[in-house]
Amino acid sequence: MEFKDYYKVMGVARDATEAQIKQAYRKLARKYHPDVSKEKNAEAHFKEVGEAYEVLKSPEKRAAYDQLGQGHSPGENFRPPPDFGSGFEFSGAGGGDSSYSDFFDALFGGQARAGGSQPRGGFRPGRGEDHHAKVLLDLDASLRGGARTLTLRVPEIDAEGRLVSKERVLNVQVPKGILAGQNIRLAGQGAPAPGQGARAPDQGKPGDLFIEVEFQPHPLYRVDGRDLYLDLPVAPWEAALGASVKTPTPTGTVDLKIPPASHAGSKLRLKGRGIPASPAGDFYVVLQIALPPANDEQAKAAYAAMAQALPFNPRAGLGV
Amino acid sequence: MSSLQDRPLTGVIFEESAVLTVSDLSRMCAVEERHIVEYVEEGVLNVAEVSSSEWHFTGAALRRARLALRLERDLELNLAGVALALQLIEELERLRNELGRN
Repeated sequence: MEFKDYYKVMGVARDATEAQIKQAYRKLARKYHPDVSKEKNAEAHFKEVGEAYEVLKSPEKRAAYDQLGQGHSPGENFRPPPDFGSGFEFSGAGGGDSSYSDFFDALFGGQARAGGSQPRGGFRPGRGEDHHAKVLLDLDASLRGGARTLTLRVPEIDAEGRLVSKERVLNVQVPKGILAGQNIRLAGQGAPAPGQGARAPDQGKPGDLFIEVEFQPHPLYRVDGRDLYLDLPVAPWEAALGASVKTPTPTGTVDLKIPPASHAGSKLRLKGRGIPASPAGDFYVVLQIALPPANDEQAKAAYAAMAQALPFNPRAGLGV
Repeated sequence: MSSLQDRPLTGVIFEESAVLTVSDLSRMCAVEERHIVEYVEEGVLNVAEVSSSEWHFTGAALRRARLALRLERDLELNLAGVALALQLIEELERLRNELGRN
């Protein structure tokens, strides 16, 4: 496995004080937190930073790491010495639901994990933990409903008590009308109940699986909650005089009536033709005026005739 | 990797079907009930309905509570900080939607 330079990850000197390390962590965590960051690979960065902080904030782990760190460079192939960690007592919980690198696990794995990500006692004894996952779905899955094959990464506690991430493939019926940010709850698909001895009625029940849905960008429609938006190009005369134009909608192509005197940005609403949630969302058509190119004599003549015929100053509102 | 089952699993849209109590949220987020009550007091979570002296939340509260917990733990924020961050995240989501990105 690769040697990891936790000081480099955190951007601090090897003799940084606890306060400096904490400060560096907070800054990096805010920058890369997956819930707030739009940085590339935010999640991977955040995990790396969390792992580095986990080691450097604990005096015991840091001391052990420092002893080991002499004479290694990042990325170097690395095996922990057999006597690693002797003389140090590692305590304290491991991180949340993120899984750390092999490097971390090899050094601190068994000890640090113990008790770390286990559910703290007292919450519904005997029932398995709920699992949470996120998936990226095509918008059609919500518009029409239907079965989708989903690949989830599910954290599991392995035989040595370490948190590992396992791949799980599920065939799931997507409820029609589900919105971005909502969860599909699959009863009994979470973690199995700890210890199979079922004594009380609620004991021995597995947890649930929550699948949070996000949509892939759609080539035509923009999603806002339960409403859908389509930018529809129209010719200037269609906007000015009114027209009936073919328009794609989730339920098929329709003939849409453009009212006379429409302008760029005019919004037309097709009620109930958005995402079929309850209540159903609306479908908004936003008009965009497309100008015909003036690339031949005939087109140029038409524009010139229009300039002659219309006393029109598009900059009247600017006071010029 | 488990083998793929033939019949698709059917689930429900949690946000639309669930009515949650403080103790439900506390169990599902693995935090003390007191913590959930603090979230309500700070305006992080909204009570949808009060019935027979018990608070009821919609399913959407679970996502919000989990997000709040992540912010609190990972960024070492206090409750007021969490409330502010959530407010700004929502504002950002709304603006991004308006721009038609994401």
